[in-house]
Amino acid sequence: MAFYTGVFDSLGLREWCDADKQDGPLSMAQLLARKKAAEAGGDAQAAMDAISGPAPFPSLDELHRACDAVPRTRDFTSGAEQLFLDVKDPLKVVLDPITQPLSFLLDESLALFMWLPWYVLIPLLALLTWWATRSWKVLALVAASFLGMAFIDHYDYAVQTLSIVFVCTIFCVILGVPIGIAMARSDRLQGGLTPVLDMLQTLPTFVYLIPLIFLFSVTESKLYGIAIILYAIVPVIRLTNLGIRLVDRDVIEAADAFGMTSRQKLWGVQIPLALPNIMAGVNQTIMMSLAMVVIASLVSAPGLGVLVLRGIRNLELGVGLVSGLCIVLLAIVLDRSTKAALERIDRSER
Amino acid sequence: MTRPKVSIRGLYKIFGGDPERALAAVKRGMGKTELLESQGHVLGLQDINVDVAAGRITVIMGLSGSGKSTLIRHLNRLIEPTAGEILVDGEDVMKLGPRALLEMRKTRMSMVFQKFALFPHRTVLENAGASRRIRGETADVADREGRRWLERVGLAGYENAYPAQLSGGMQQRVGIARALTSDSDIMLMDEAFSALDPLIRTDMQDLLLALQTELHKTIVFITHDLDEALKLADHLVILKDGRVVQQGEPQEILLHPNDPYIVDFISDINRARVLRVRSVMERTQAPPEAAAGEIEENATLESVIALSGGDTGKVYRVMQDGAQTGVLHMQDLVRALVPTAASEDGLRAGAA
Repeated sequence: MAFYTGVFDSLGLREWCDADKQDGPLSMAQLLARKKAAEAGGDAQAAMDAISGPAPFPSLDELHRACDAVPRTRDFTSGAEQLFLDVKDPLKVVLDPITQPLSFLLDESLALFMWLPWYVLIPLLALLTWWATRSWKVLALVAASFLGMAFIDHYDYAVQTLSIVFVCTIFCVILGVPIGIAMARSDRLQGGLTPVLDMLQTLPTFVYLIPLIFLFSVTESKLYGIAIILYAIVPVIRLTNLGIRLVDRDVIEAADAFGMTSRQKLWGVQIPLALPNIMAGVNQTIMMSLAMVVIASLVSAPGLGVLVLRGIRNLELGVGLVSGLCIVLLAIVLDRSTKAALERIDRSER
Repeated sequence: MTRPKVSIRGLYKIFGGDPERALAAVKRGMGKTELLESQGHVLGLQDINVDVAAGRITVIMGLSGSGKSTLIRHLNRLIEPTAGEILVDGEDVMKLGPRALLEMRKTRMSMVFQKFALFPHRTVLENAGASRRIRGETADVADREGRRWLERVGLAGYENAYPAQLSGGMQQRVGIARALTSDSDIMLMDEAFSALDPLIRTDMQDLLLALQTELHKTIVFITHDLDEALKLADHLVILKDGRVVQQGEPQEILLHPNDPYIVDFISDINRARVLRVRSVMERTQAPPEAAAGEIEENATLESVIALSGGDTGKVYRVMQDGAQTGVLHMQDLVRALVPTAASEDGLRAGAA
């Protein structure tokens, strides 16, 4: 006799409840109760009631015990699974081709970075740093970091990680900046997208991987590419939106008064004035994709994350620590160089 | 009188969710406070009728909240009116399509802002030539015109600076140069000098008057400062709570205010500096008996007082273009310096 049996009886639902009564698979709790009862030589039903306590919360499982027509919580979970599996195939038909360029770019960029010998790539990175920052300090930091990592034979892993971060950041900017601009122009879009962005940012990173593993095969690089982009695109969208909304309204009014078209306004006033904020978003995006690329090594992303994973799995403390420090070093390098570039933009605005 | 350059007819602006219904209520005679309480709508402008003469400075004056900034933004439709029409050269601005509206803003009207509103990421020269670039003219033309007007407003040598590197007064000079470079007939100036400190403000007013004597633009100037209004205005419109209280020649308003609000307003100004001889003289062709001297019609009373040495018995012959237009008795002058009697016991007493 379950706690809520009386409720269903008094509502006259007993017939509906027992309509297709059948014994579903036992839950773990039932199994345990049965075992306990067998040991004590008592009644299984009584033991089950004892588990529930005097006034159990009317959860699905509890209601099911009183009325078989009510589904159990595990039916609910398997329903969610079934729903995903049902939409999976049509979704895959759409998603597969449009995400193909991502796979291609990730693979090609990885191949390119690995193909370039160290004595070409490190000077190239130094040159890029100089172009973006014009700062000797940052340049020295970049060169020293990569030479240092190469010295302890972590160069290949670091470059793989860097390659993935590069490609994913480019995708984030290409997708995120237009989305941010659209959000800045429409309050309704902002209202609709804000909860989505909040969700993307708060969803535990491992949870991203679960549906993706079902959608794409684990050997495809777009799997981790999508996971990284979904996670890292949020700040660039948010800060583009914010940057454009923060442009001085008086200046926009002046642009209107002199007859600027909305395209002239966007390219000539709004984007240039929002650029410091957009760049701050890009900086955040780079940092977040670096964080995600480590977790993505669970689904075959190459790079320093693989070493961290090995450190955890095999309890190789040294491997884990050293590769972790290399990730920190990479983060510092990327952060300092993008911040220096950002500062340079800020200065020229003033 | 020739056709006005800009003509505002029966303009209403009501802010709120359902302005049409509120408009009907206002036309039935509902006031601003009542409208806000009963319908939650804000009455911005109410039945505005103003003619702006070509080549003159029309000053719209009012305290904050009087709707003056709202009014000027209707002229180039930065704000859409609830009802009424705005004719520019006889053409109704309200009927312009989006493209024609942009065209009008590009070529026929320019604007100067209270907070300068320069493009902070562009140099002074690029700012000055902005209107030309927006129109799609080449950089050469834009820079040449920009340079010319920057020089005219006294900013030669600052072409490559950024706005943030300049002082407020200089930034507003750039703002004026930007408006002049567009070569439009109509210039809208929204509290253009209000953010500047008093000495710079006087400089800028003088600059504007000097430019106006040679350019003859049609200027609509918004201000909350009566002294500034009286100094610049050819035609003065006084706005209160979204309504025109009085409009006309400044001298006329000063001598014959028709509303206690205006009386109160003008009671604090230096009348001797603002009033001109023509406003207080006796209009006659007959030469006076014992003229102490000849003075010009447009001289301020202040200058005449200085000339007379304070002697109230003197009589002056008023001349304009070599012919006598009137006679000024110093007694009349002194009497005109006393603010209208109403100001003494009118609003002030009412407020006490």
